[in-house]
Amino acid sequence: MFNQEFILGCSAIGAGLAVIAGIGPGVGQGIAAGHAAAAVGRNPGAKGDITSTMLLGQAVAETTGLYGLLIAMLLLFVKPLV
Amino acid sequence: MGAGLLLSEAESEGTAVDFMIKGIFSFKLGGITVWITTTHVCLLIVVLTLTIFALIANHKMKKASEVPSGLQNFIEMIVDLLDGIVKGGMGKNAKGFLNYIGTIFIFILFSNISGLLGLRPPTADYGVTLPLGLLTFTLIFVNKLRYQKVSGFIKGLCDPWPFWAPINIIGDVAVPISLSLRLFANVLSGTVMMALVYGLLKWVAVFWPAALHVYFDLFSGAIQTYVFCMLTMTYINDAMTTE
Repeated sequence: MFNQEFILGCSAIGAGLAVIAGIGPGVGQGIAAGHAAAAVGRNPGAKGDITSTMLLGQAVAETTGLYGLLIAMLLLFVKPLV
Repeated sequence: MGAGLLLSEAESEGTAVDFMIKGIFSFKLGGITVWITTTHVCLLIVVLTLTIFALIANHKMKKASEVPSGLQNFIEMIVDLLDGIVKGGMGKNAKGFLNYIGTIFIFILFSNISGLLGLRPPTADYGVTLPLGLLTFTLIFVNKLRYQKVSGFIKGLCDPWPFWAPINIIGDVAVPISLSLRLFANVLSGTVMMALVYGLLKWVAVFWPAALHVYFDLFSGAIQTYVFCMLTMTYINDAMTTE
């Protein structure tokens, strides 16, 4: 029905829309880092534990953004719709 | 080629931005074309390097001296560090998992930072990270059956109510998928970024990409290694606790 160029162009738009998923993890990681900073301010002795917990939580939160990246990659390079 | 995720196609070769997995040669095996790709080669280099290091370390520790020095000091530091991570994550259950977690930690870490040595990181291929996730899944499953027995396993499936079982099963199956995709996508995003910098900026990209390498290869790789091992330990520890 549609030619290949049209589908590829729409795939590129879709890939661009998919990486908007990066907003969520960005906000989440910022909140986590802010709370970690507050925690270090309250209890400077536990800085090591707080930092490792924060990094673990942030890496897990990052996953949703990476799913968006994966969808963009799939649309651009595997071209499932063509 | 071109049938799998991120395998490069013949037509796209020779473009400026290049982060795809490339086939080196192929052979027929029972009617299926099997490709040997750059991932296999990089994986082989990583595994051989680690094996040679392990043999040297083993040789060194056979005639260890009372006062450590040089390489012996370094080996003891690595083992101490890994033992500390596993003991911190698993507590009293740590004893049986020191070897396994230590092994995958060293393997994933070296795979992630092998981008610094000019290799394409093997972990930027889903075919490498999915088996790692499946190993974790198997360990969770086996330990659950071993420690909570079949009755506890079924009880865990029907947690709030029996008709909740399908959702619990989906939650269990999602564990290896999310674990492997997290590692894969993180390393892949670093690889893509570096390929973009080197491919599009060409002669502008001198010296300063080293700072990006520190972030994408060293920092991100180390964090993702730590996260993978930490989550594996947490899940196994959960499976081993009986109520």
